[in-house]
Amino acid sequence: MDGGPLLQIEGLSKAFGGLWAVRDYRLALPEGVIYGLIGPNGAGKTTIFNLITGFLKPSGGRIVFAGTDITGWRPDRIAHLGIARTFQILQLYRALTVQMNLEIAHHKHTRYGLFSALTGLPLYRRQEREVRDRVGEFLELFGLTRYRNVRVGTLPYGLQRKLDIACALATEPRLLLLDEPSCGMNPREAEELAQLIRQMKARFSLTLVVVEHRMPFIMGLAERIQVLDHGVLISEGTPEEVRNDPKVIEAYLGVEDAVA
Amino acid sequence: MRRWTSLPGGVKFLIGVGLLFLVLFVANSTLNRYVLHVIILIGIYSVATTSLNLTNGYTGLFSLGHAGFMAVGAYVATLLTFPVRLRIAYNLPLLPHFLGGPDYQWPFLPALIVGGLVAAVAALLVGAPVLRLRGHYLSVASLGFMVIITTLAKGLKDLTRGAAGIQAIPRYTDIWWVYAWLVVTIYVIWRLLNSSYGRAMLAIRESETAAQAQGIHPMRYKLLSFVIGAFFAGIAGGLYAHFARSIRPYEFSFYMTFHIVIMLIIGGAGTLLGPTVGAAIVVALKYVLKPVEEGLGIYGLVEIVYALMLIGVMLWRPEGIAGGVNPLRFLVARKGERR
Ligand SMILES: Nc1ncnc2c1ncn2[C@@H]1O[C@H](COP(=O)(O)OP(=O)(O)OP(=O)(O)O)[C@@H](O)[C@H]1O
Ligand SMILES: [Mg+2]
Repeated sequence: MDGGPLLQIEGLSKAFGGLWAVRDYRLALPEGVIYGLIGPNGAGKTTIFNLITGFLKPSGGRIVFAGTDITGWRPDRIAHLGIARTFQILQLYRALTVQMNLEIAHHKHTRYGLFSALTGLPLYRRQEREVRDRVGEFLELFGLTRYRNVRVGTLPYGLQRKLDIACALATEPRLLLLDEPSCGMNPREAEELAQLIRQMKARFSLTLVVVEHRMPFIMGLAERIQVLDHGVLISEGTPEEVRNDPKVIEAYLGVEDAVA
Repeated sequence: MRRWTSLPGGVKFLIGVGLLFLVLFVANSTLNRYVLHVIILIGIYSVATTSLNLTNGYTGLFSLGHAGFMAVGAYVATLLTFPVRLRIAYNLPLLPHFLGGPDYQWPFLPALIVGGLVAAVAALLVGAPVLRLRGHYLSVASLGFMVIITTLAKGLKDLTRGAAGIQAIPRYTDIWWVYAWLVVTIYVIWRLLNSSYGRAMLAIRESETAAQAQGIHPMRYKLLSFVIGAFFAGIAGGLYAHFARSIRPYEFSFYMTFHIVIMLIIGGAGTLLGPTVGAAIVVALKYVLKPVEEGLGIYGLVEIVYALMLIGVMLWRPEGIAGGVNPLRFLVARKGERR
């Protein structure tokens, strides 16, 4: 178990009706790296995240996280084991404040019972103080302190994306899956985001898998990259290797041909 | 104002309760019986609406079965407190031994609580399948539960006297009982909202997907809010039975459910005191408009006014009347909003 990969996936497949969204996907993710997952639209990237985090049940294959077989587990149990994710389409609690969003994200670390909550026993008070302290730290870290009492739905989009990552980190995961984190950002913001991700990785000793469409962004960020096309893994290697792989070029050009 | 907002929540709550009971005391010793009757009804409906708010306002489950849980509480509490002498006259069953035996009738408080608990158990059983549904399906299924309850109340004649209903229930409910329970209900929900339990419920309302990804098991918290809501609905039912002194199956049906839903929406779903504000407006309006209705001979005027209010609130004040009142904002702010 120790020394082995943090996340090991073998033969992972998912069919929607007759369509194989993912077929025979594999991954051996060492602890402490940033992996990139790229591929044209509809390649199956989000589906893989959904399979890993339990939002979809695999049609076949095995997912082992930190020595535990989590294939087919419920999403909340997987989250408790230490896998966090963001969503391609933001999933924030829009009517609630920034502070509340982070407090909720910290949910799995509170352990008091209903009775403690209703009576305000010391256990409850101590843990709630811990939650507030921890949320305070995350607000500081992400420069969101001045927005703590603002309703998330009214925040500018860039800050919402930032908060989204902050919330994923507030669950204190070992593995973080980011689905197109730079979506909707300008190049300067994307560069800042890459910087932030590197900092967070170092600070929380994270392992990351990042799905991206923005090539320079992912080539600069990831240590290794997997390329997916029509649900099938077509290439894997360092950014340099992948960039020069004829199969990858073909997959991307093929898309352009279809468009042209 | 700044002083007040910086006070700890518990102190504010106690001051609020103190003021409430002061006002009630003055009201109780100065106002006539008719007005007090209205005030008690407002309190009972406030308990019902506040408990519905837990599922419909905070957890985002639009349940319409609330009157069903009130019926369970009303019938159970009534069967426990009903005087032995009258049981024989009315052909109602005597209590079995595990509930105290044929010569026993329960005091009010434990009877109310057992009524609430039985309603909670019903919610647990019904919730497991119904809460799997979403949106309108959940609403319709919970309405179906309510129909089943009224049908049972009509059908189980040996237990409930069927459609004839039960009369001569002792009048234990008074202003103090009602408002003490309202305080308990609001207290429980307030504590809940300040804990990881309430936060999980809000999370489910806002995005079930995000909640799951953060380690929240939606079913657990949906059931919890449904069961706690049903408990207090059962209490409201028991209070109602021992105030009206008679209960009939059809009282706890569509009409009552929709009344409570209207109170919730008008007052402000997802706010702590909105339900009480809504109950006060809707009940008071009914008693103000009744004489007008009769005087002018326009029957159904009350319902028309309710409908217009509902439309007006949904158009211009979707957060409810209490949702935006500034001086009271600290009390009614939707949890997690800017205060
Ligand atoms: N829940 C679903 N039901 C049916 N088909 C689905 C479902 N989710 C995804 N698919 C299909 O599976 C394929 C892979 O989709 P997926 O969302 O994983 O692609 P992606 O690589 O994330 O694409 P994009 O870059 O556009 O986000 C697509 O053909 C998609 O239509
Ligand atoms: Mg995708």
